[in-house]
Amino acid sequence: MVDLHDAVVLVDGFPLLSGVTLQLEEGTLSVITGANGAGKTSLLRLIGGLVSLSSGSGSVGGIDLRDGDLRELRRRVGWLGHEGSFYDDLTVTENLTFAAKALGRPVQEIDRVLDRVGLSGRVSTPAKRLSAGQRRRLGLAWLLVRRPEIWLLDEPYASLDDEGRNFFDGLIGDVVAGGATVVVSAHDPLRSRELELRTITMVGGCIAKDTS
Amino acid sequence: MIRTALLVAGKDLRIEGRSRVLLWQVLPFGVMALVLSGLALGPHHAGNSSAGPGLFYLVMLLVTLLMINRSQVIEGSIGTRTSVATLGLDPAGVFLGKALALAVELWITGVVVLGGAVLLLHTGLRGSAEALPSVLVILAALAAAGTLYGALSGGGQGPATLLPVLSFPAFAPLLIAGERSYSDALHGGALWEWWLISLVALVAYVAVGILLYGVLEES
Amino acid sequence: MIIKLSQRLLGPVTLALLALTFWLGLWVTPPDKVQGDLVRLLYVHPAIAWVALYVSFGTSVIASCLYLWKRTRSATMDRIGYCAMEVSAIFLALTLITGSIWGRPTWGVWWAWDARLTSTAILLVFALGYLALRRANDDPELRARRSAVFAIIAAINVPIDHFSVDWWHTLHQGATVFTENGNFLVHGSMLVTLFVSLFAFTLLFFWLLRARYRLEVKRDVFYVASLDEALAQRRREGVH
Repeated sequence: MVDLHDAVVLVDGFPLLSGVTLQLEEGTLSVITGANGAGKTSLLRLIGGLVSLSSGSGSVGGIDLRDGDLRELRRRVGWLGHEGSFYDDLTVTENLTFAAKALGRPVQEIDRVLDRVGLSGRVSTPAKRLSAGQRRRLGLAWLLVRRPEIWLLDEPYASLDDEGRNFFDGLIGDVVAGGATVVVSAHDPLRSRELELRTITMVGGCIAKDTS
Repeated sequence: MIRTALLVAGKDLRIEGRSRVLLWQVLPFGVMALVLSGLALGPHHAGNSSAGPGLFYLVMLLVTLLMINRSQVIEGSIGTRTSVATLGLDPAGVFLGKALALAVELWITGVVVLGGAVLLLHTGLRGSAEALPSVLVILAALAAAGTLYGALSGGGQGPATLLPVLSFPAFAPLLIAGERSYSDALHGGALWEWWLISLVALVAYVAVGILLYGVLEES
Repeated sequence: MIIKLSQRLLGPVTLALLALTFWLGLWVTPPDKVQGDLVRLLYVHPAIAWVALYVSFGTSVIASCLYLWKRTRSATMDRIGYCAMEVSAIFLALTLITGSIWGRPTWGVWWAWDARLTSTAILLVFALGYLALRRANDDPELRARRSAVFAIIAAINVPIDHFSVDWWHTLHQGATVFTENGNFLVHGSMLVTLFVSLFAFTLLFFWLLRARYRLEVKRDVFYVASLDEALAQRRREGVH
């Protein structure tokens, strides 16, 4: 699914990634760990076709990162950032309706998804009025409505309590079991012992350790 | 493209309607700017209708700069922009949608400020009504050009001072055509020549936006 | 071989033609019946305007189009677009300055809100806006794309400028060299000087463009070297 060879990403003259070689299989869960500034988010953005490859080569889902249709790649990718990932002034339902209509997904799915993430009682609440944990759940709901092939989760556990983390682990397990490829960035390795995962440690924009 | 345009325009207008920035900040600013224009002209010239068309368009230029910035800022933080980027929306549709939403907002503001010009600058109700079609076309052209320039200047993430520098040269011919057409409507003249020029500019900016907005989005 | 020779000769030939233009314009051609010696400025002003509005601006726009087209996208096109626009800004400013110097004794004012003058001033602001946009972006690819799009949008203004003499009431001269039937309005040594001047200033544009381009290439080489160092430093972060 993901095939990178000596990938370098430069932004404003600074190498965010300084030569990443990585292969990820379809339907797997991988965790990218490392300190701040190690390049975790940049790697996720490269996989999602959200930054350009400056040198090296790579493909994601068969789409070449240099010459391929990156817009098509992005449609197959779902992103959950540690900042807000939706429109603050729109309600929970309006945000999800926008995402569903943009990708031609059935709008009727929204109620079921909201039930799954525990936001059924907040359908008319503007996103800016949600708590940090609720915003994270809304971000997940956005992804569940979209059903992308590749899930890119950037520090999804930040500001979540134990219940939230357990909920996340359960959801990720279901998503991977359903065939999606999930890549998570986190400061520390995942706590869950139930998920079969691969841990990749980054330092200085490169991969320093890989448990595969 | 049209489906995406309507989706994006609906989203932008819904956000605007929810936040009420247009109602509580932009419209009062427009009217206030007209009052300030009258004060700047002095008591003997403030009610002189010959200055009205130019002052109307000057105020609308300032309003346009505000609204372009607003149109880009409502796209939210880098996280929201990233999420929306993964929806893979047709860039031409995004451009049309944002330009359409901006045009609607400028039309609403334009009608209010036009009324203000009639009242405060004595431009004349009948002439102002005759100028209305050209006003709407020029504001639509400003919206199309402004949407492009908003993206060029960094899409709300770049320095706010860049937008006026980039957009002024494009807006100037539109303002010239607007002022001339409004003046002609008030005093009698070749109104339709300027109206036609504005339409050509509108079509040109829409065409360029449809073709090139995708390149700016990739940036 | 021919290309290298012509590159070497570009500077000397340009200087020679400019010298010829000034000699013809200042000493050989007679004063005008109406304008007197003021006409000598017209051996410079239209040529500068021609280079500013069409040659340099046009080169920048064409290079920008070629940059945006995937098949011809390259750093070369971006550099040409940028350097041509920089030269265009200089020539546009000179157009307005020489025009003002001519306009003061003719129209009685340094500046008039004439359509052609106004459009030229707007184009100068476009060129300055392009340069401001270049400086606002450090990332080379981002900068190149945005500049290219901006240049193309600015090109919409060029036909407005060209037709402005016909569309708006204007103080500016109408057709100066040709009548509607293609007959010459200017004769003799004046016509020769005008054409020499046009050719000389066009060559001057290419000479300046080449010099500026070579400077930009050196800058990019330095930038790439600094990138290699940045990459090495980044990789060293992982080594303890």
